[in-house]
Amino acid sequence: MTVSATSLVVRLDGLIGSEHVLTGVAEGENYAVDGLAPSVIARPISAEQAAEVVRFAAAEKLSVVPVGARTKLGMGMPPHRFDIALDLTRLDQVAHYDPGDLTLSVDAGMPLARLAQTLAEHKQFLPLAVPWFDHATVGGTIAAGVDSPLRQFYGTARDFVLGAEFVNGSGALVKSGGRVVKNVTGYDLHKLLIGSLGTLAAITRVNFRTFPSPPASRGFVASFEKRGDALALRRRIAESPLTPVTLEILSPATARIFTNRSPSSLKRPIAPPGPWFQANEWQVCAGFEGTPEVIARYARDLTRLAEESGASSANILDDATRPLIWARLRESIPLLLDASPGAAIAKLSLLPGNWPAAFEELHEISLRFALPFALIARGTGSVYCAFLPDAVGQDSMSRLAEATTAVFESAARAGGHAAMPWCPTELKSHFNIWGPPRADWPLMQRVKSAFDPAGIFSPGRFAGGI
Amino acid sequence: MLPGLIRELEALLGQDGVLSRPEELVLYEYDGSVEQARPNVVVFPRSTEDVSRIVKLANRYGVPIVGRGAGTGLSGGALARSGGLMLVFARMNRILDVDYQNLRAVVQPGVVNLDLTRAVEHAGLYYAPDPSSQKSCTIGGNVSENAGGPHTLAYGVTTNHVLGLELVLPDGEIFRIGGKTADPLGYDLTGLLVGSEGTMALVTEITVRLSRKPEDVKTLLAVFTAVDDATETVVDITARAITPAACEMMDGWTLGVIEDYVHAGYPRDCGAVLLFELEGLAEAVAAQIEGVTAVCRAHHAREVRVARDAAEAELLWKGRKNAFGAMGRLAPSSYTLDGVIPRSRLPQTLRRVGEIGRTNGFDIANIFHAGDGNLHPIILYDPRNADQTRRAVAAAEEILRYCVELGGALTGEHGVGMEKNELMPLMFSEADLDLMRRIRDAFNPRGNLNPGKIFPIGKGCGEIRVKPHRPGAALPL
Repeated sequence: MTVSATSLVVRLDGLIGSEHVLTGVAEGENYAVDGLAPSVIARPISAEQAAEVVRFAAAEKLSVVPVGARTKLGMGMPPHRFDIALDLTRLDQVAHYDPGDLTLSVDAGMPLARLAQTLAEHKQFLPLAVPWFDHATVGGTIAAGVDSPLRQFYGTARDFVLGAEFVNGSGALVKSGGRVVKNVTGYDLHKLLIGSLGTLAAITRVNFRTFPSPPASRGFVASFEKRGDALALRRRIAESPLTPVTLEILSPATARIFTNRSPSSLKRPIAPPGPWFQANEWQVCAGFEGTPEVIARYARDLTRLAEESGASSANILDDATRPLIWARLRESIPLLLDASPGAAIAKLSLLPGNWPAAFEELHEISLRFALPFALIARGTGSVYCAFLPDAVGQDSMSRLAEATTAVFESAARAGGHAAMPWCPTELKSHFNIWGPPRADWPLMQRVKSAFDPAGIFSPGRFAGGI
Repeated sequence: MLPGLIRELEALLGQDGVLSRPEELVLYEYDGSVEQARPNVVVFPRSTEDVSRIVKLANRYGVPIVGRGAGTGLSGGALARSGGLMLVFARMNRILDVDYQNLRAVVQPGVVNLDLTRAVEHAGLYYAPDPSSQKSCTIGGNVSENAGGPHTLAYGVTTNHVLGLELVLPDGEIFRIGGKTADPLGYDLTGLLVGSEGTMALVTEITVRLSRKPEDVKTLLAVFTAVDDATETVVDITARAITPAACEMMDGWTLGVIEDYVHAGYPRDCGAVLLFELEGLAEAVAAQIEGVTAVCRAHHAREVRVARDAAEAELLWKGRKNAFGAMGRLAPSSYTLDGVIPRSRLPQTLRRVGEIGRTNGFDIANIFHAGDGNLHPIILYDPRNADQTRRAVAAAEEILRYCVELGGALTGEHGVGMEKNELMPLMFSEADLDLMRRIRDAFNPRGNLNPGKIFPIGKGCGEIRVKPHRPGAALPL
């Protein structure tokens, strides 16, 4: 710890009380981002305290990385510097919940799992079935912008976040949006925070629209020998009147990982799926919900569409079997990361109509660079492509780097874009995980400067060198 | 003004692309709001490059710029508050691309909302946001205001259906943000720009999501003797997890007027009706009809009627969509509000709105999006009577303050514009507004694009400023 770091601790102690400030190498490592540990950890107990820490950091030109449960700190580029970890997990209360209006205002540090229990008491839920669900906080989930299988029907956070409160880079406690389901008053600044990786502000509170829990939920799995047939089923479902709540395609490699592993991100391990899950084939997984009549209709139509598409098997999953697949779909990112010591997961944003060509290119890239790979494609277009080298070494890193560049180019050819949000830190010296520079980055830099004029928040982690 | 500017604009766009005579400009001094402001020159660009060149010219001559679609906006967003140059996008009205397989369309800003649906409905598709003015309003204007509509209850507002934009910044620079795929790389600039009321950039191209038409659609009318029973029904339907595609309320006082005008088959002697649209799989719609009917009956609905066929459904909706036109029969003018409240507070709010009306000496009509708590109280008044006008504005402000006190919002779909900018401090602190201004300045640093909108400028702090509605003009919504 440098001299200034020591005085930094003393001054933070004075600001928010020494019981809210952590120091030391061991503590610091728990908060490290890409191997870089903070000088000090501030754990404010109020949004106002968080703002005080940021004001102090802004005055002293110290860098701040806001954190929640620290499940997704590896996303993004390594920060240029890391002075203060702003741990927001103590802001963990429900500020306002109006079940009759289906609206909720909750502190950023609230764990998603605890919030889910509160909502379940009123037969409601948030469609944030995100990875690391058992540990993740509301604020971290929003800041990381991770998506959920439920986006197929419920959309992403941008569709149901109604407003937010946050501390900007000047240390001002600011809000945008509101608490009601329809509102066009002022700019939607909260939308900028979704996926901003703590580079604009420290989120202290988020307002959501909540959703009524369905009367019943079921799952559906169909297996295919041929990739083309699995893709054809997706298209048939998309063109039918059915609106499943989840729709995912898994490659055979992903199916094998689903069969062989329980996600380490779960608090309790789960059993492997049963014989109804064909581990060596392509899988189309769907979820649907509603009244008994609606459930029966989905079961009938999905089974028929699967048969017409040449499925080798098709099964409806009930309350006993569905959780075995559901938990793995939700936790697919940690599950894939577990599968290889050098796992690198690219996220491609594509249009489903362009999947056939894109999948073929990804297959070729994996062969060209001798990298085993596993795919999960969400029905709305996002595709997770995990490269899973057997071992970590210089050779596999350079192959991963070349493969990543090829994936970025392939996504662009398919009319979309890609990033590499999860990969070993050493790989990040080979390329920018956000892909090649884009024409709109100057606008993003202007937004960054408006929120954080001194550039103290998570410097260097984001796209555009932000 | 500035004959040099007009000459250069004519050289760029041709004589038929520039209006500058007073009798021409007068047509552009109004929109759907009660505001009024006249531009000095109106131009009709045909391309993004035109827009960029026009903007650069305006800058050279130091005149403010404002964009305009069809001028149906209800908060003065498309008015030249400080005069200057107005760009009307009427000639940039082409649908550039429809991707049927991926449910995407790329349109120019001047495309009329309903025209997009008409262009794709042969394939069973439609564009979901449906403001009541959808026959005339443009998608560019919808993007600026983040327009809503009756069916946004289930499907979301404009921002939920826009994925990418092409922008011309007030210095003439051209940018593309977002795109056809979901999940932008980097900050969600599209999410920021939609609803920014034309204060950050001019939108020259829009990529939208198309939706597939549902298998089944049913329209249901529920008739109540007491207004409280109707509002309690809405609260209960929300609480029981039934999500209709639309849930509209009209009070009995206005129903008779609508009936005289539209002959939609509404009762003339009730307290209120609720108009529902239920959509989805046939089995889901059947269950929803059962659920909605049961709740309505439990709250003493004296009649619950499902439209037998498309013609009857269309007639019921015609009544709703023309309700505001019908108001013209009752008073020389009207002022339509746009507050939002938590849906659980609907009954008490409507009672309060009635009281505020009575205190100020008005009957207030209520025709609104009950399902999402978006109120549209309509104050009927005579703008030639200065005292009535003053009381109408006072009543409007009292109602909006009440909405905000309940945890609601100043505007649900009409925008802040130059109507409610002085009320912004009711919802936002100086720090909130300061950051919003910084964001605006990041795109519009000199403030020459659509000046005088959204942010308080201190003319009568904390007040709505409304000019008398001119008699005989088109009514809002």
